[in-house]
Amino acid sequence: MNITEILFWLLTAVALGGALLVVTSKNPVYSVLALIATFFALSGHYILLNAQFLAVVNLIVYAGAIMVLFLFVIMLMNLNTETEPQKNKWLKLAGTIAGGCFLLVLVAALRDADSKSTMALVGSGDTGLIQNLGKALFNEYVIPFEISSVLFLSAMVGAVVLGKK
Amino acid sequence: MPINLYIFLALALFSIGVIGVLTRRNAIIIFMCIELMLNAVNLLLVAFSKMHLADSMAAGAAPTLTNGLDAQLFVFFIMVVAAAEVTVGLAIIVMMYRNIHSVDVNFLNRLKN
Repeated sequence: MNITEILFWLLTAVALGGALLVVTSKNPVYSVLALIATFFALSGHYILLNAQFLAVVNLIVYAGAIMVLFLFVIMLMNLNTETEPQKNKWLKLAGTIAGGCFLLVLVAALRDADSKSTMALVGSGDTGLIQNLGKALFNEYVIPFEISSVLFLSAMVGAVVLGKK
Repeated sequence: MPINLYIFLALALFSIGVIGVLTRRNAIIIFMCIELMLNAVNLLLVAFSKMHLADSMAAGAAPTLTNGLDAQLFVFFIMVVAAAEVTVGLAIIVMMYRNIHSVDVNFLNRLKN
């Protein structure tokens, strides 16, 4: 077992544990913190796959900006107490069973999926470096890039309009 | 690493997100579970991008650097859309909390009042 596999399993354990903690914890602040841990683990996976630009963007955008927004909203609403009544136990059980069946079906369907290559290249390959991604982004994908800036502007205007009401 | 491990990891994260959406009643936690599902898809796209690169290198062609580039740009755009979605969604949740003083989706099952 070399260092790459050890790191893979470690990051996988952190990601899955954080994701489970997001769903199970009663306090929303703990959920946010667990989700930040999950995002850090996923960034570690991106670095392991040598997608360095996406790793840094994931940290800055998700763990840095979106999660801080979630924390601010939770603190604004004063939700850091257990406000969730949770009366219906059967609904929780049914939801868990449904999600488990979903996982089971997808794993069973994709376990023997036939693909040309079955290995993901780890630790090499220059695809994820910012030089190559930037060239592609500003040559072939420049129109979607500009449209996404318009999307951001409209989202910002929408959030301000909704928040001022 | 075998691509199957990445597929199973992404499926597990996605299913945990689905379970969270189905079982939790807090609107903010449901929102966070949606983010979890988006990130599972992102991880799968990056893994498939590197699988495509390994595939083209194994085929003997000179690695032209552009193999698997599209998937990583898709991940970038998914992150952009997710950020825009989060701002509007959280604004809507804050507005609902001002109106009915709760974020429980059991009270939000009607669009009026």
